[in-house]
Amino acid sequence: MKQAIELNVNGEPHAALVDTRETLLDTLRYKLGHMGPKEGCGNGNCGACTVVLNGAVVNACLVFAVEAAGADVTTVEGVAAEGTLHPVQQAFIEHGALQCGFCTPGFIMSAKALLERNPNPSEPEIRLAISGNLCRCTGYDKIVRAIQAASQALSQTA
Amino acid sequence: MAEYSVIGTSLAKVDAPERVTGKATYGADLDLPGMLWAKLVRSPHAHARIKHIDTSRAKALPGVKAVITAHDLPSLPKGATAPLVGEVSIDMSAIREIVMASDKVRYHGQVVAAVAATDPFIAEEAAGLVDVDYEPLPVVEDVLQAMQPDAPLVHEDLHTLEEATQERSDQPSNVSTHMVYTRGDVEAGFTVADAVVEKTYTTQMVHQGYLEPQACAARVEPNGRVTLWTSAQGHFTVRTQLVTLLGLPASQLKVVPMEIGGGFGGKALALFEPTAIVLAQKTSRPVKLVVSREEVLRATGPGAPAVITVKAGATKDGKITALTTTMRYDAGAFPGSPVARGLLVGLAPYKLDNMVAEGFDVLTNKPRVQAYRAPGGTPAAFAVEALMDALADEIGVDPLTFRQKNAAEEGDTLPLGMPLNRIGLTEMLKQIETHPCWTTPLEGPHRGRGLALGYWIGGSFTSSAEVKINPDATASIFVGTVDLTGTRTTISQMVADELQLDPQDITITVGDTDSAPFADLSGGSRITYTMSAAAHQASQDVLTQLKERAAEKLKVSVDEVEYQAKRFRAKNDTRNEVSLSELARESVAWGSGPIIGKGSTTRMQPAHAYAAHVADVEIDPETGKVTILRYTCFQDVGKAINPTQVEGQIQGGAVQGIGWALNEEYIFDNGELKNASLLDYRCPVALDLPMIETVLTEVPASEGPYGLRGVGEVPIVPPGAALANAIYRATGTRLYELPMNPERIFWATRGNGTNGSPGTNGSGGA
Amino acid sequence: MSKEKEGLSVDAFEYAAPQNLQDAVALLAEASDEARPLAGGTDLITQMKENRHSPALVVDVKKIPELNVLSYEAGLHIGAAVSCTQIAEFEPVRVHYPALAEACALIGSYQIQNRATLGGNFCNAAPSADAVPPAVSYGATLVIAGPGGRREIPSEDFFVGPGQTVLEKGEVLVEIVLPPPPPHSGAAYLRFIPREEMDIAVAGVGSFVQLSPDTRTCEQARIVLAAVAPTPVRAKEAEAFLAGQSLDDTTIAQAGELASQAASPISDVRGSAAYRIELVKVLTRRTLGKALERAKGEAS
Ligand SMILES: Cc1cc2nc3c(=O)[nH]c(=O)nc-3n(C[C@H](O)[C@H](O)[C@H](O)COP(=O)(O)OP(=O)(O)OC[C@H]3O[C@@H](n4cnc5c(N)ncnc54)[C@H](O)[C@@H]3O)c2cc1C
Ligand code: FES
Ligand code: FES
Repeated sequence: MKQAIELNVNGEPHAALVDTRETLLDTLRYKLGHMGPKEGCGNGNCGACTVVLNGAVVNACLVFAVEAAGADVTTVEGVAAEGTLHPVQQAFIEHGALQCGFCTPGFIMSAKALLERNPNPSEPEIRLAISGNLCRCTGYDKIVRAIQAASQALSQTA
Repeated sequence: MAEYSVIGTSLAKVDAPERVTGKATYGADLDLPGMLWAKLVRSPHAHARIKHIDTSRAKALPGVKAVITAHDLPSLPKGATAPLVGEVSIDMSAIREIVMASDKVRYHGQVVAAVAATDPFIAEEAAGLVDVDYEPLPVVEDVLQAMQPDAPLVHEDLHTLEEATQERSDQPSNVSTHMVYTRGDVEAGFTVADAVVEKTYTTQMVHQGYLEPQACAARVEPNGRVTLWTSAQGHFTVRTQLVTLLGLPASQLKVVPMEIGGGFGGKALALFEPTAIVLAQKTSRPVKLVVSREEVLRATGPGAPAVITVKAGATKDGKITALTTTMRYDAGAFPGSPVARGLLVGLAPYKLDNMVAEGFDVLTNKPRVQAYRAPGGTPAAFAVEALMDALADEIGVDPLTFRQKNAAEEGDTLPLGMPLNRIGLTEMLKQIETHPCWTTPLEGPHRGRGLALGYWIGGSFTSSAEVKINPDATASIFVGTVDLTGTRTTISQMVADELQLDPQDITITVGDTDSAPFADLSGGSRITYTMSAAAHQASQDVLTQLKERAAEKLKVSVDEVEYQAKRFRAKNDTRNEVSLSELARESVAWGSGPIIGKGSTTRMQPAHAYAAHVADVEIDPETGKVTILRYTCFQDVGKAINPTQVEGQIQGGAVQGIGWALNEEYIFDNGELKNASLLDYRCPVALDLPMIETVLTEVPASEGPYGLRGVGEVPIVPPGAALANAIYRATGTRLYELPMNPERIFWATRGNGTNGSPGTNGSGGA
Repeated sequence: MSKEKEGLSVDAFEYAAPQNLQDAVALLAEASDEARPLAGGTDLITQMKENRHSPALVVDVKKIPELNVLSYEAGLHIGAAVSCTQIAEFEPVRVHYPALAEACALIGSYQIQNRATLGGNFCNAAPSADAVPPAVSYGATLVIAGPGGRREIPSEDFFVGPGQTVLEKGEVLVEIVLPPPPPHSGAAYLRFIPREEMDIAVAGVGSFVQLSPDTRTCEQARIVLAAVAPTPVRAKEAEAFLAGQSLDDTTIAQAGELASQAASPISDVRGSAAYRIELVKVLTRRTLGKALERAKGEAS
């Protein structure tokens, strides 16, 4: 069963005809061409599909596209402002916080959301905030350090 | 050794910007016009004869464009093989069965048919409409049971190969290969020992856990050639396998590597690509095949479990006098467990004058295992390193001293026969002696510290590189090796230093099979090692060509030209010079011609990698849960080309090993995986871990331009035993089975069962 | 894999997002095939992907005003569609019902908590639901609306079996109401999981104690167990034992033993029955200890 929906993705309005069975992740990837969010599990366990939906990080694989009608969505593609990388993205690059990079779009979204609600998180707070994001390559060490560095960079600019 | 300015620095990953912005394209990100979606039909039985497959209902569903079974794949002579890497080849008739079972299914989730349809929902529905008539057969799940003479046979016509004699057994069996390596006189060795300890250790099947499920797409071009996009560890290797499997000439097949979301050994075989191609051929439309996480866990090929017995004796002064081991590795439903690697890895850290090492490759009704980071190493080291800890305890020598007294050195012979070239084990152990992770007292109840060693024989095989000079005096590198671990960056660093260029002035491309120079697959810690030689060669080739041109211009002989700071000068008259820019510009001008350097390497000696991990743990005595307080990895890396990347490899590998040690395991019920999700297959999350400290030893490898060693594999080897030894010191109880999950520790510390919970396999399983 | 378990595909369904309760009830009541409310979807969508549920109609309840209420006046009112994040961050919940705040912050990850609701945690009726034991231990009442009107039931009477509740066709959970906590009371919830996050409880215990005015004895206790029976269960013997006792290490340990007798767990991939019984003892002791501290005002 198809329904027409409208939604804003990274500030741009989009319209799509979606199957009710489609997840927001399917629609973002295959209808709207935002391949940044990844499907690692389809079940809310890995966080590779993390996007911001109306201001809150969610697993796009656990939202039906029809539920997102009228919503504002931010994907990893919308994080860098006009070609300038966000401090979280910059820190991930500088601190070697990614290897295969498949998990990275999800981590960037979780890390950015964390720093927005808590600009100076402790190490346990960082680890808790990214516990819904699996990374199999890095052992998390450099991801945690990158988020610490991003937190410092942001507090200096603020 | 030469001074480098880029090698040895932590240059940021050259391909990081596209990855942090979501622009990198992985297998599933490919969207081709007119594309169909494929879905696989899988067996609900772990062992059954396929009596009949009826595809008519599936074919009748609107939107379904093709349904195929094993009959639609070209038939293969039994025993047809294809080279995998170096001298290792794979039995392609077995691969064909894994791609699609013909007469019998041998594990739960084995593919029996595939459909292609216009959208994923229809494909899924159609898969459910393929009617398969099975005759279920008795299932053999456990490796020890599979070795019994009366066990159900996974293959009725398989006879044990005796490796030494190359003879086959008379009776069919689930043991595919039996091997024995001996040295000295173990009886005599045990007789002079002051203490002898013997134990049996068990590990479970685990998954590599790469975050990206397998994905590929195929399209038949108008000229009949096939283009295949895949996120595999080696696109040339995939092509080689497809040539055998599908009977396509290599020239008719272009394999394009997509970014790969982790592999760890699990994406080396062409298990999905043949299906995508056959469906594309049948439908004349592009076909994409992406598997689900559940399929990944159930049936893509996990890491091998093992049951390992080790017996060792030592004299009071701490010298090992004899060691015997029997390692039984579970290959799953088709031969090929990494048992020989297990024997090597387990014993390689030690000088062993008297030794018997015996291995069995055993079949069960479980998915065929695939390589997983240092394949075979983790179970072996868990057994040997835990036993060494117990033996050291028994004779009252501390575990580090015990290792130091018996450490292998250059010139010693490895258990399977090869002599050791230069290694840094002794130097590494020396570093532990004074490191705070070892010297700081560990205070508080229920806490303990454990040490364990690891080893990996670095891979070698073929790697090639081309280096081009661009008209603007920058360089482009072209390789055929898939970047799993940051090799784009390290290769760029090497070429930057060789050509004295800024890393910014270097680009690197991983090319497809039509365009890139041949390379074996990425894995086994071989790429940076072998690529160092290939990139060095290619860079030198470029410099030679440039010097020849410079010599001509400067009117001197080639030997008199030196290169420095982007300028070529005559040695005796440094004002007589020509810039790299000028030569580069002229290279595209009429008459001069492009500058392309080539490098290739096929057979480098192994660069042996040793590691030692030190773990501090605290146990909750009431629940059995382990908290890791501190974790330190020592490793001889030869030379760290990019320290941040080396650390990242070590940390990632160690954490995979920690997951294997503490929580990860396949739980089966009559051959059916009961925890096929990332919720119940418990990979470590960030909150489970401390920071992972790394301490690098740099004892240069015997071969290669920079002395580096492969670093990726060995960090997964020590964690099982390092944690088991730490848990012993925290609780006074030794554990003999992985994973050491809370429940297993809970019962073990209460002396209940051998180390499992009452009745079940440690985690229940009902 | 049989059809029921295969892959991650959802059977076709119709989706509606009514703006008011009457419409939602009408849609659900009049549906001829299986119809299901959808709140955060963190249970339902997974179950639909696994074909464990294949509703022909999905009624999104997140747009209904009554289900989005979150207020603290004469008790705590939590609309069934309020997310766990909102609950855990709501000041009155943190101050007056810390055990509930903690449980809501345990469910899955931040991503999950931003979608998951307390209503869904109840209605999904998993024995392992983490937010249910603290809510029950605080004495929650559930407000239900259906074709026949409204009814209220004590939260502990809501469950029938794994995945089964007393909800009739067309009925919707509207809100969860918690009475104001009595003076000298405190509660705590703990669960045991093998990892530190992202796991389903092997066992969980929520304990609530109300002390005498001099805080020397326990006047009333409620102990609710998770993941050790077909539904969340109260350990009534342990509760009865504690009433009138002074809470010390001995009585608390005895309560743990008694609580474990109320457990009737199964063995599954998450843990054996025997281990779960042992965990109930440990968690009961630990939650009673923490609840006691809170009741005495010694901990937040
Ligand atoms: C990765 C992951 C981790 C998780 N971890 C935990 C955990 O740690 N602890 C835990 O307890 N749970 C966990 N869960 C399960 C789930 O998140 C919770 O049970 C959550 O509270 C469900 O809420 P929901 O709003 O998402 O429910 P939904 O999925 O929307 O609904 C659940 C069920 O309730 C019904 N329903 C919903 N609202 C109403 C209503 N108002 N009236 C009548 N029926 C209704 C639905 O029809 C459905 O059957 C996890 C889930 C995932 C995917
Ligand atoms: S794909 Fe959504 S959480 Fe894994
Ligand atoms: S970088 Fe590969 S999964 Fe995180």
